[in-house]
Amino acid sequence: MTELPASLRQQILLEHAGAAEFFRLNRLPIPVSHNTLKDYWHSLPWQQQDLGGWTPESLWEGLQAFLAARQLSADQLSIVQSLEITAGQGKDGTPEAQNLCLRPGEVICIVGPTGAGKSRLLADIECPAQGDTPSKRHILIDGKAPNPEWRFSGEARLVAQITQNMNFVMDLSVAAFLRLHAESRALADPEEAVWRVLDAAVAMAGEPFGPNTPLTQLSGGQSRALMIADAALLSPKPIILIDEIENAGVDRTRALNLFIEKGKIVLLSTHDPLLALSGSRRLVICNGAVVQVLEANSDEQDCVEHLAQLDRSLAAVRQALRRGETLDQQWKERFFTP
Amino acid sequence: MKLITLAGPPSSGKTSLALKVMQQLRDTGLRCGVVKFDCLSSRDGERYQEAGFPALTGLAGNTCPDHFFVSNIEDCARWGHEQQLDVLISESAGLCNRCAPHIRGLYAVCVLDNLSGVDTPRKVGPMLKTADLVIITKGDIVSQAEREVFAHRVRQVNAKARILFANGITGQGSWEISRLWANAAEDDSLSGGQLRFSLPSAVCSYCFGQTKIGRDFQRGVVRRMNIEEDGSHD
Repeated sequence: MTELPASLRQQILLEHAGAAEFFRLNRLPIPVSHNTLKDYWHSLPWQQQDLGGWTPESLWEGLQAFLAARQLSADQLSIVQSLEITAGQGKDGTPEAQNLCLRPGEVICIVGPTGAGKSRLLADIECPAQGDTPSKRHILIDGKAPNPEWRFSGEARLVAQITQNMNFVMDLSVAAFLRLHAESRALADPEEAVWRVLDAAVAMAGEPFGPNTPLTQLSGGQSRALMIADAALLSPKPIILIDEIENAGVDRTRALNLFIEKGKIVLLSTHDPLLALSGSRRLVICNGAVVQVLEANSDEQDCVEHLAQLDRSLAAVRQALRRGETLDQQWKERFFTP
Repeated sequence: MKLITLAGPPSSGKTSLALKVMQQLRDTGLRCGVVKFDCLSSRDGERYQEAGFPALTGLAGNTCPDHFFVSNIEDCARWGHEQQLDVLISESAGLCNRCAPHIRGLYAVCVLDNLSGVDTPRKVGPMLKTADLVIITKGDIVSQAEREVFAHRVRQVNAKARILFANGITGQGSWEISRLWANAAEDDSLSGGQLRFSLPSAVCSYCFGQTKIGRDFQRGVVRRMNIEEDGSHD
């Protein structure tokens, strides 16, 4: 039997809220009447000491790592005051017209044909770029170049991403999954957070789902709604990048409002007209560069109202057809009366 | 020459990622090569060679690949010096999750993928626990929430490592990794150096080729499951 080093003879953190969880997850008995890790280790039958590949030292390190992870998630930076994108250049070296500054609660839309460079702009923000990507853009957080260390730490990244390609892959129910995420954030009341996200997601999704629905059985719209609610309410990341989520049947206005209420900075790359008009500003991208920054004028605002009406009509038809109805006289009148 | 141990479960994206990172290193003028340790067969050596990187393949065959690794790594390093490499990557697939090829004083990298499930970080063991850099791949196809939970689970078993997200297909994250690898330790400490984690004993009759089932054929270190709580099976 190896003798324990002096450092292990200290009182172990058994009273710590997370310690019991550590032992449970590693299938070790939960310490009850032991004052030190040494006492605990010696109380284990040899089979158990041997089985998990543990040594007293590795057990101590493992426990420390586990408890440090809790602290880390509680400490994450989750608010930025501003996100600046300094002008870079297009694919042919043409300089971009202007610098941009984004504030919390702002939604910026990005439009442009496929291959124009929308994803490059999102990737620049994700990195965050410091003149070292093909666009030569610089990203400033709160007016300063971000700490270079952030680039070398996945956890310090400020950006959450939602794209059309993303799926839930975990074999868990919605509630069990949200509980996992809430626990990883070391929230004071994880259960309350679970219900908040679930309610917001169901309100956004076309069709309701419950806490016991398996994640992998959610429809495209339902899982997109859950991703959005989760990113808005549970993710610590202050900046949200959204790439092409239009075809999912999610209440888009409600989704964007959720981000705005939570003070997130949202960049939305889209081909969908209603979404493209939903931001406070609209960036037009062409040949790798931001060529125009547009703000909605009053003509556009009127158009948005009309488009929203069309969108609601289309949704109503979709619902009617799904219920097995036919598009009779009543529907025809609705569409063709001026 | 810098020697980096790169480990991870099969199909986690080690080779694709290493190729992207080595291309970045080559662009900065560093000469990179690979030794790939595998069990039965591997075509990865050809992938490296096609990309213009010197590559050795070591197949462990009937022996434990991690024991095979530690018996051969010095010779492989010698080969790397002969090839005048600046960086040698030793890539191996963790097979039983109980071992790790990581060596004290040399840069140790573990690759895991988001698709493998959130319980994976707890199952993988020393290959992850003793790594300096943990790279999480395939993040582009799972939700933000799953990425965050996965990274948290990795942090729970390794408090010190850097955790980075990367994509072996698009190369996203490979620049950052190449900067870290360019600063990896030299291999001076290899001979006479020490593994970070002891490789488990495997000295039962089945290790020596026994195929018959039954107590009469079992010799050496044999461990039985404790199926009933009262231990009546022991």
